[in-house]
Amino acid sequence: MLIFERGVTGRNATAQAPLVKAEVTSIPAELMRKSKAKLPEVSELQVVRHYTNLSRKNFSIDTQFYPLGSCTMKYNPRGAHKVASLPGFLSRHPLAPESHSQGYLTCVYELQEILKEVTGMAGVSLSPMAGAQGEFAGVAMIKAYHDKRGDHERCEIIVPIAAHGTNPATAVMCGYKVKEIPVLNDGDVDVEALKEAVGPQTAGIMMTNPSTCGVFERQIEVIAKVVHDAGGLLYYDGANLNAILGKVRPGDMGFDVLHMNLHKTFATPHGGGGPGSGPVAVGERLLPYLPTPIAGIEDAGGEPDYCWLGQEALPDSIGRLSAFMGNAGIILRAYIYALFLGRDGMHRVSEFSTLNANYMAKKLSDAGFDLAYDDRRATHEFIITMSKQAKELGVTAMDFAKRLLDYGYHAPTTYFPLLVPECLLIEPTETESIDELDGFVEAMTQILKEAESSADLVKGAPYSQPVKRLDDVKAARELDVAYKA
Amino acid sequence: MPFIPHTEDDIRKMLETIGAQSIDQLFDEIPSHLRAGSLDAVPSARSEMEITRLLSERAQQDSGALCFIGAGAYEHHIPAAVWDVATRGEFMTAYTPYQAEASQGTLQLVYEFQSMMTAITGLDVSNASLYDGASGMAEAVLMAIRANRKSKSKRVLIAGTVHPLYRDTVKSIVTNQQIELVEVAFDTSTLVTDLSALSAFEGEDFAALVIAQPNFFGSLEDVHCLTDWAHAQGMLAIGVINPMAATLISPPGEWGENGADIAVGEGQPLGIPLASGGPYFGFICCKQKLVRQMPGRIIGRTVDLDGKEGFTLTLQAREQHIRRSKATSNICTNQGLAVTAATIHMSLLGHEGIERVARACYANTHRLIGLLSAVSGVEVVSQGACFHEFVLRVPVSSRLVLEHMARQGVLAGYELSPADFTSSGSYLNNCIVVCATETKTEQDLNDYVSALEVSLKELEGVEC
Repeated sequence: MLIFERGVTGRNATAQAPLVKAEVTSIPAELMRKSKAKLPEVSELQVVRHYTNLSRKNFSIDTQFYPLGSCTMKYNPRGAHKVASLPGFLSRHPLAPESHSQGYLTCVYELQEILKEVTGMAGVSLSPMAGAQGEFAGVAMIKAYHDKRGDHERCEIIVPIAAHGTNPATAVMCGYKVKEIPVLNDGDVDVEALKEAVGPQTAGIMMTNPSTCGVFERQIEVIAKVVHDAGGLLYYDGANLNAILGKVRPGDMGFDVLHMNLHKTFATPHGGGGPGSGPVAVGERLLPYLPTPIAGIEDAGGEPDYCWLGQEALPDSIGRLSAFMGNAGIILRAYIYALFLGRDGMHRVSEFSTLNANYMAKKLSDAGFDLAYDDRRATHEFIITMSKQAKELGVTAMDFAKRLLDYGYHAPTTYFPLLVPECLLIEPTETESIDELDGFVEAMTQILKEAESSADLVKGAPYSQPVKRLDDVKAARELDVAYKA
Repeated sequence: MPFIPHTEDDIRKMLETIGAQSIDQLFDEIPSHLRAGSLDAVPSARSEMEITRLLSERAQQDSGALCFIGAGAYEHHIPAAVWDVATRGEFMTAYTPYQAEASQGTLQLVYEFQSMMTAITGLDVSNASLYDGASGMAEAVLMAIRANRKSKSKRVLIAGTVHPLYRDTVKSIVTNQQIELVEVAFDTSTLVTDLSALSAFEGEDFAALVIAQPNFFGSLEDVHCLTDWAHAQGMLAIGVINPMAATLISPPGEWGENGADIAVGEGQPLGIPLASGGPYFGFICCKQKLVRQMPGRIIGRTVDLDGKEGFTLTLQAREQHIRRSKATSNICTNQGLAVTAATIHMSLLGHEGIERVARACYANTHRLIGLLSAVSGVEVVSQGACFHEFVLRVPVSSRLVLEHMARQGVLAGYELSPADFTSSGSYLNNCIVVCATETKTEQDLNDYVSALEVSLKELEGVEC
C-alpha cells in the first residue's frame, strides 16, 4: 500500500510543523499557489511504520551477502557514519566563512593528501559527486589540456569494448567522438588494434585496471607508451581501485588522470543508489585544470590555516561541478575510513578482497561452473559464464541470479561486461568471511542441481521475495511513474 | 585488522584451496617494478575511540554560530524520525535496485518520492533525483535542447537572477557540447528579470528560458509573464525552484497559460541537513511528453507474474548502461539516501506542514527586514515580496562587516560579488543576501541586529 493510500483528509504529524500559520501579506495573489499539493495526510507513527516496513523489503549489506561485481559492496563502518553525523558537521553551512570551517577543511585537506599518496598523483579535487561526474571532470580536463595547447584536432576518445557504459557516455558529454577497441580472449586490450586506432586525432584513452573482465591489464605500460607517443592522455576509471589499493598506483602505471569511487573503495554507504562521491586525481600536467573548490593550506608558521581554492587560485580550472563542494558528508566518511585503516591497512583491502575472489573462483570452478578467464588470476572480482547451462538446461545467468535471492544472497552483477555471454560478475570484497563465501558456493551448487533436475523451478524464481518477477514491458509501455489520487 | 574477518587459519585454508603459497603471489600478474612502496603520507591507523575524539574536536571548531546564510542551502528543523528511519541499514547499505524483487522497499519509496515531487511542482513526471540543484539545472538545459524540436538552436537564455554558483556549474558541464548560455539582464531597482530586456531576444532561436523562483535575491519573478513569453517564442520554460516555497507560491505547473515545461532545483530544504553542502539531491520534473528526454533513473509501477503490484526501474533504454555513447546523460546514480530522507520528511509534514514552514520563513524574513529598516546606515535593497531571503546594503565594506559579525558569532549572510552580476554594474557593491528561516527566534533576530550595529560602530571611519 502506498503512503498516500494510508492518508485521511485533515490528519497530520502535528508535532512537526509550526503551530501558527503565519499571515502572508506582500505576495501578489497571482503569485500564490492555487491548489494544494497532494502529499500524504498521515500521522507520525504511520510514517515511521510505513517506511520501517518498506525498508524490510530490501536486501542490503547489513542484512545479506551482496557480491555485486564492480560495485564493491563492503561493510560500511558504523563508526564512520556516526562521527560524520556529529552536530558540528551537520550544521555547518557550505558557505560559512573559513574562520568557521577549519575543522571541516582540515579533514578535506588531509583526505586530499591521502588520496594523492594512494594513487601516486600530484593533485586531488574531491568535488565530483559520483563516479560518472568524476569521469566527466577527468575527460573535461583532458580536453582543457589539449585546448590550452592549441591542439584542437584531437576529437576522439578510445574506449575498450569491455568498459562501463559511463565511459562512452562521458566522452560524448565532453564533446568527443568514441572509438571502441577490442579486448583479446585473455581479457587484455588488443594492443595491435590500439596501435592502429591512435593518431593525431586521439585525445586520450579511458581504461579500467583491473578491467571489467576481472583481470589485471598486463600490457598497461605498452598501452601508456602507445597513447602518450600519439599525444593522447590516459584516463583511469577507478571502479576497480579496491583490487590494487596500496599494491600498485595508477600514477606509476602511467595514468594522467583518474577518478575514485569513495562509495566503493572507501566504504561509504551506497544509500539505495547514491549518494556516491567520485574525486579526481591528476598528474603534474593536469594540475591547473582540477575542478573547484579544493582545500588549500596557508602555512605561515604555527598552526596551519586551511582555505578554499576557487577560480581565482585556479584560473584554468574546468570549473565548478556542484553548487558547493560535492557530497561533503560522503567525503567525511571516506576520510574517517582512511583513518581507521591507516597506512598499513590500505594494502590489506586489496590483499583480502583478492584472496576472497580467488578462493571463490576456485571453489565455483571445482563445483562445475565455467570461469570466463580460466587461466588468469582473479583480481577482487571474477566472471563465470553460464553459456553451457543456458544451452543445455535452458537456465540463464538471470535465472541463477533470481534463484540466489531465495537462498538469501544478493545476485552478482548480471550480463556485464557485455562481451562475455550469460555472465555473472562476482565481487565478494574483503569484509566477508570464509563461511559466507562457502555458503554462497553451496547455494550456487544447489541451484545447479535444481537446474539439472527441474529447470522450471529455477526459471520461475524468486519465490521468497515480496514480489515475483516483474513485468518490465508493461512498466515501460503503460508508464505509471507517479500516483494520481 | 579493522573490518577484515580472516584468521590465520582461514588464510591458510584459502591459500591451500587456491594453490598459492602466499597472498602476495596472487598479485603476480602485476609487473614487480610497478609495485607500490610504503605510502608514507598516509597516517597510521587509529581506533574508533581516538577517531571519535579527534573528529569531535574538529566538529566543535565549526559549530556555535548563528547562521543567516542561505544562498541555496537552508537551515530548517528536521523531525527526528526522518534520519532515524532513513539510516536503517536496509536503506543505507542497499545499492541501486537492479534486482527489483529484492529492492521493493527502495523502489516503492522512490515511486512515492516521484509522486510527491510531481504534486509539489504541478508537473506530470519526476525522476528518482539528480546530484544537486546546480548540476540538475545543467541536465535540464541539456534536456531542453534535446526536447525542443521547434528549435534548431543550441542556445539557452538564462535569467541573470539565477544563483551565480548554479550558472557557473552549468557552464562547466555544458560548454564542451558547443552550447551557448546567454544571460538576461535584471532590473536593479526591483531585482527581478527585466521584461524589456527580453524583447531584445524576440525572434531569435533559443531552445529554452531558465527562470529562478524565488530568485537568487529572494525576490519573486513574474513567472506567468516570463513563461508565456518563452512559449510565444517557441522556447521551453525551465523553472529553478525551491520546493518548500512552492507549497506557498505558484508552482511551475501553474505558470502562465500552459505551465513551465521542466522544473528543477535543490531538494535540500526537504529534510536534508546543511552538512557543508552535501549530500543533497537535485530534483527534476517535466511534462509527460518530455519524459523520454529526461535523464537519470525513473521508477515505474507494474505487476509481477501473479498480477501483484510491484515497482521497477523503467525507461532504461535512455540510460548509459544500455545506450552507451547515445545515452541522455552519463549519470548512473541518484541521491538515494537523501531522497529517502526527503520522502519521509514530506510524508511527516504533508502539504499543510510544509506550507506552515514556508510561511514561518516568510514571516521571520519580513520581521528581520522590519528590524533592519530602523538601523541607520544600512539599506534593504529588496522591494516588494521576498520569500526567505533579501538583499541588504551596508555603508562600509560588506566583507569587513561579515567578518566583524562572524567574530560575534553571527554568520550574517552571503556576500554578493558584483562580478557575478555584470549587468548590474556597481549597484550591488557592499550588498549581502540575508536569510532567516523558521528556525530563528525573536532573540536570534535581535542578536543579528545588535551584532550588525556593533560591527558598524567598530568600522566607523574605515574606508570602503
